[in-house]
Amino acid sequence: MSLWIWLLIACALAYAWKLVGYFVPARLLEDPRMSRVAGTMTIGLLASLTVVNTFATGQSLAVDARLGALVAAAVALALRAPFLVVVLAGAGTAALLRMLGWN
Amino acid sequence: MTLLASPAVRMGISISIATGLYGVSFGALSVTSGLNVWQTMALSLLLFSGGSQFAFIGVVAGGGSGIAAMSAATLLGMRNGIYGMQLNALLHPTGWRKYVAAQLTIDESTATSSGQTDPAEQRRGFWAAGIGIYVLWNLFTAIGALAGSGLGDPKQWGLDGAAVAAFLGLLWPRLKGREPVAIAAVCAVATVIAVPFVPAGVPILVAAVVAAVIGWFSHGRSDEGLEPDVDPFRERHHGTHRAGDAGPGATG
Repeated sequence: MSLWIWLLIACALAYAWKLVGYFVPARLLEDPRMSRVAGTMTIGLLASLTVVNTFATGQSLAVDARLGALVAAAVALALRAPFLVVVLAGAGTAALLRMLGWN
Repeated sequence: MTLLASPAVRMGISISIATGLYGVSFGALSVTSGLNVWQTMALSLLLFSGGSQFAFIGVVAGGGSGIAAMSAATLLGMRNGIYGMQLNALLHPTGWRKYVAAQLTIDESTATSSGQTDPAEQRRGFWAAGIGIYVLWNLFTAIGALAGSGLGDPKQWGLDGAAVAAFLGLLWPRLKGREPVAIAAVCAVATVIAVPFVPAGVPILVAAVVAAVIGWFSHGRSDEGLEPDVDPFRERHHGTHRAGDAGPGATG
């Protein structure tokens, strides 16, 4: 139940961010610092989420089939594959490595 | 002129299909990371911002708390506020349109709109991409969620690998130049160091703080990291359209 509450708060705050942009004075746009922080934070969060989902299991670090998924995704992205193909490459590689006995 | 003759509308439709399709992967990953179908749909209908939605389920999948999931999603949503400022300056929506436009303000609709030069085309591009993505993203989220809930053990299908690939896929288009790569590397290392010492989900917030500090004190491009997940101008990279090489902020 409590997940629902945090989920709805996340939805409300996401809309608040979007809406705030339409109501702040346009001259704030001229300060590049805010948009730079928004940009670097986007990069940092996505890099962190990639690492956590690859190496973390709760509070421990592990190297397993997910590393294969990361490599496969990187190769697909380097070959300019569409997003969905990248995701399928990650899933397929992890599944295949597990079938071969590497967890 | 019929709507379909507008280049911005045609671009909006093709970006809608490309973006909407990967709603399938969000839906399937969401239900296998522990959310139910209704929670999954609530994220796509109400939160409606791909990166933040993946962040929310990514934290939950890793055993993180609801508050950590909410925090990661919210920090990742900050850039939509920047897009809102750009779109408000471009489109000047009034009355109720402002509130609808806000909900449709995401990477792809901003990029489609700000890449146009004619004001009427900017408006058409925004609404075509925004509405199109909203409809298809939710439709494909539902398909993915329903299919995902029948899958059984998600690990057997490599769905944890799919999540890894999805996050790398979201990060990839933003790694243009040396500084974004350096920021990503520093935040990746900070995450690995933090994992054993703090509860699940918190390492992501540590990385966010590190990234924010770098952004505050650095002097890089102001639109760094503000590239769309799916670039509407991608097919024109070799053409004459300059906006194809820049993020939405560059023209807005």
